[in-house]
Amino acid sequence: MTAFLDSIGYGDWILHVLVLLPLVGLPLILLAPERLAKHLAMAVATVEFVLSLGLWWHFDPAAGMQYRSTLAWMPQWGINYSVGMDGTSLVMVLLTTLLGPITVLGSYRYITQRERAFYCLLLAMITAMIGCFIALDLFVFYIFFELMLIPMYFLIGIWGGARRLYAAIKFFVYTFLGSLLMLVAIVVLVWKVAAVTGKLSFAYGDVLSHISAAGDAAPWLFGAFALAFAIKVPIFPLHTWLPDAHTEAPTAGSVMLASVMLKIGTYGFIRFAVPFFPSVALSPSVSALIVVLAVIGIIYGALVAMVQPDFKRLVAYSSVSHLGFVMLGIWGLTLQSVQGALMVMIAHGLSTGALFLLIGMMYERRHSREIAAFGGIARSVPILSLLLTLVAFSSIGLPGLNGFIGEFLVLLGSFGRYPWATGIAATVVIFAAAYLLWAIQRIVFNKLDKPENEGLKDLSVRELVVLAPLIIGIIWMGLYPAPLLRRTESSARQFIEYAQPGRSSAINPVGVEVQP
Amino acid sequence: MTLSLLAQAGESASPGGAIGLLWLTIALPLAGFVVNGWLSVRRSRAKAVVSFVGPAVLFASFAVALAAFLQLQGMHAEAPIVQRLWSWLPVGNFRIDLALQYDQLSAVMLLVVTGVGSFIHLFSVGYMRSDEGYARYFAYLNLFVVFMLVLVLGSSYPVLFIGWEGVGLASYLLIGFWFNDKANADAGKKAFIVNRIGDFGFLIAMFLLWNAAGTLDFSGVTAWASANPGLAGSGLVTAIALFMFLGCAGKSAQIPLYTWLPDAMAGPTPVSALIHAATMVTAGVYLVVRSNVIFAMSPVASTVVAGVGALTALFAATIGLRQYDIKKVLAYSTVSQLGYMFVGVGTGAYVAGIFHLVTHAFFKALLFLGAGAVIHAMHAAYHATHSHADAQDMRNMGGLRKMLPVTWWMMLLATLAIAGIPPFAGFFSKDEILALAFARGAEQPVFYVFYGFGLLAALLTAIYMARLMAMTFLGTNRTGAEEQKHLHDSPPSMTIPLIVLGVLSVIGGAVNLPHLVGGHQWLDRWLEPVLKPAAETAFGRSLHGPEGSTEYLLVAIAVLVGIIGLVIGFRATLARPVPTPEAAPAERGFARVLLNKYWVDELYDRVVVRPFVWVSRALLWKATDKGLIDGALVNGSAWLSRSVLGKAGSLLQNGQIGFYVIVFLVGALWILRVMAG
Repeated sequence: MTAFLDSIGYGDWILHVLVLLPLVGLPLILLAPERLAKHLAMAVATVEFVLSLGLWWHFDPAAGMQYRSTLAWMPQWGINYSVGMDGTSLVMVLLTTLLGPITVLGSYRYITQRERAFYCLLLAMITAMIGCFIALDLFVFYIFFELMLIPMYFLIGIWGGARRLYAAIKFFVYTFLGSLLMLVAIVVLVWKVAAVTGKLSFAYGDVLSHISAAGDAAPWLFGAFALAFAIKVPIFPLHTWLPDAHTEAPTAGSVMLASVMLKIGTYGFIRFAVPFFPSVALSPSVSALIVVLAVIGIIYGALVAMVQPDFKRLVAYSSVSHLGFVMLGIWGLTLQSVQGALMVMIAHGLSTGALFLLIGMMYERRHSREIAAFGGIARSVPILSLLLTLVAFSSIGLPGLNGFIGEFLVLLGSFGRYPWATGIAATVVIFAAAYLLWAIQRIVFNKLDKPENEGLKDLSVRELVVLAPLIIGIIWMGLYPAPLLRRTESSARQFIEYAQPGRSSAINPVGVEVQP
Repeated sequence: MTLSLLAQAGESASPGGAIGLLWLTIALPLAGFVVNGWLSVRRSRAKAVVSFVGPAVLFASFAVALAAFLQLQGMHAEAPIVQRLWSWLPVGNFRIDLALQYDQLSAVMLLVVTGVGSFIHLFSVGYMRSDEGYARYFAYLNLFVVFMLVLVLGSSYPVLFIGWEGVGLASYLLIGFWFNDKANADAGKKAFIVNRIGDFGFLIAMFLLWNAAGTLDFSGVTAWASANPGLAGSGLVTAIALFMFLGCAGKSAQIPLYTWLPDAMAGPTPVSALIHAATMVTAGVYLVVRSNVIFAMSPVASTVVAGVGALTALFAATIGLRQYDIKKVLAYSTVSQLGYMFVGVGTGAYVAGIFHLVTHAFFKALLFLGAGAVIHAMHAAYHATHSHADAQDMRNMGGLRKMLPVTWWMMLLATLAIAGIPPFAGFFSKDEILALAFARGAEQPVFYVFYGFGLLAALLTAIYMARLMAMTFLGTNRTGAEEQKHLHDSPPSMTIPLIVLGVLSVIGGAVNLPHLVGGHQWLDRWLEPVLKPAAETAFGRSLHGPEGSTEYLLVAIAVLVGIIGLVIGFRATLARPVPTPEAAPAERGFARVLLNKYWVDELYDRVVVRPFVWVSRALLWKATDKGLIDGALVNGSAWLSRSVLGKAGSLLQNGQIGFYVIVFLVGALWILRVMAG
């Protein structure tokens, strides 16, 4: 496989193609008749995914940052289009490209008006998200970061639910506020580095290797970066845009938002905020603050999810809970906890994506997201019910399914450093079961007592095709996550090295290397 | 599936043969799950296929287990045989393989699960045949066995945990099998959530263990513990053991987490027999024995285990005295008998704990299947007459001995076994636990109390079982004149399992027949390699069984207690006619307390469940999220900026996206210009 890919120069063009291809699709869709829009979008997204698949084999797990490429853009200002990929980028890019065709196909029936605009925005968003994960130039990252917001704003604002405008504006103001701060921080940081090196450069590597230039401004700069990313994650108490945005967005928007966009927040911490300012990020007070907020998010998200009457809102709050695990894992700073954090990012992408798709399918049938509108539908739609239950258990963290892998590793790896916080976070295994099983019971089980639910149609072939990749991923990742772990390991080690110069290998609390 | 047979320190390579095919015991029920699952979705009327595939995979699995057992018997393996299937969680120095471990303890568990499981599957063919969810039922039941075998064959705590949670999933699905009734769905959910409280403990135990030992493989943990004898009695080991026991208390329904098990009776009765009596609920006992060296290193934790077990044994037995639902009596009886097993393993008598686990699997499975046969007959009778009376209420039964003779005789054998009458199976195992608890008392007097609790519970056990048998099978029939004609024994698919388990309930004691009656304590010697690490600790060495006259006296007391209990139970129940549910007077005094199960469920609801929901809804969601953060801060600042910024603010509210973009671009360019200077 690798030999074939090398023969076509795969490594040289793949990252550029992944960013450009969706954009190439835009004029095609805009020029084509409305009814062809979705098919064209599907074709583009599928080609994008198939092309990206080669990375799975071609990527060298042993090497660090690879596929590096720099094109001159505004060299006089030190800004260049510079991209590259390490293990973390790899899995996030693959998650994004996988969700591309899934969200397009999942929208076939859901979106009935202004289809051209919808699919164009969706494709533009995919470009922006991939760009975020591979950018190795701070300015380029910033551009993609902002670019991502605009399509999402319109997706929510135009195709959203009843309170879509409120949700869209809230989403935009929240995240825009954060990113504006980040822009200022980027510029100040680059300026300070330039003052030392005498050369203006937004390149990630240049900034990282002269980061001491930040000097006394480091806490402020970290604060700005952290705030931008914390809103995105979101970290309690900056999370209240999320339930509104998630709930009001159309299915495709919810899926992209939950599965990919939230991870750009945690990705930002892993790629920028912590490696740039390790002494600030890991100072006792900041660590304590982040870990406490992460644990609050984990528990608070679960408890608030439990009492939501709206199923979509329930899943939104559960995201707050899951993303708290990622933050805890990042700050846990052992190979296990960081790998766990990356696994939670992927697993949450698969499970929550599948949950939102299923909720969308339920909504298309009943035009309601209220849990109370359902009940006993295992009788009328057994396959939908079966898959919903399976995905719920994956989200609960049943071992053997994907959710367990990351949460277990995060808790295991963080326990040595933060035993109390980790112990409290671990109680969420109880609450997660409570909120999801309670919802599942009220939707899937109990008596089929509402006549509207009797004649529901079970999943169509199209819907099964939409869900199948995620379901397979959920089981596969739960039973055999080793290939994923192998691909992310070097980037996790690299992160720990950046974060804690001098402590490169896995941190074993008792310092015993059990086996080589 | 690749089988790399690399052995590590403290493990033996797989010798091939039947043991090399061990993965088949899991793969077969998995195949059954796939076939039945597919049938349940696509061809729910293909009952003949289901009837064959469902039990056949189990019997095949049992055959492999039996062959493997015979092979192991000829080997005298000192170290566990480990088969690595694939690498599961390789993260730096934390490496967990999906690997199976076969040793003497797994062998016993494997035989019990597949053996008893096979006959319960067979019984289900008769019991569930007319149910519309027949294929779905067998899919779940097969799935349960898959996870149960992962549990008993897993070679590390995380792999065991896959099975541990997986059986919870299967249990959840089967308890709520008839999900139309909200009560059943509630019971399934409750079982899973209460178990999760225990799982939290199990997780913390694993984290502590990993931080201390740097491994979670069974052989690695044992090696670590044996290499560090100084850990004995340390707070660390006690914490690990106690957190782990919290997990056991959940899975094995001990105080304070037992409340899910009686509710779990909402599932079909063969499920109660397999999952909630013979196998899954004993997983906690298995876990303690599997971790024997950890518990043996912490006498404090072991005392807690025995104490909780003794208290649960007595407490649950009292509730069993006053239940009318035949399955509820058996459910509390199971909680109580599991308590005995924990008294055993807490005493350090790990063999006795496993011995009772095995005999209990025989006689309790038999009791549940017998109850199933009774319920099946009652249902058929009420169905024929279109009556809506309760088919599980013993007050509607009586005199069934004549209509269901096979069931009567078999259940009677099981009753004698559980009551501890020699030479039935339960006598030997229960006696061994009580005798060793008494012996431990010489060193730790509190064990005399546990012994006393156990003895008292034994008396109550005999009483409630005699009451159950008398109300169900003796006296005059209360089912109804017309209904009586439809009451009869079950088809062979159901009576054969009863007879097989009946035989086992009689002779099951043979696996560990004491020297007192000329036995050779086979199980003691068989499990020796597994229990050696614990036996070498101070705690293990200090346990000596009673000898001479003390031994005879203890046996005599135990037998006497059983006989007295049976006599009291039968006589008291038959002394006056049993009123039907409608005619029954309201219970008073302590009987009312027992009937209402000490109101523990109500207490938990008021003290735990409702406050949590209230805090989440009122305090966290409405007050904090919507009120404080969103209302005061977010929308407040939006309002502020609107009134302060005036027109610009109204642009913000209108959502003029173009405005944002322009502001953003102008701002960004301006900053860049300044920077570029």
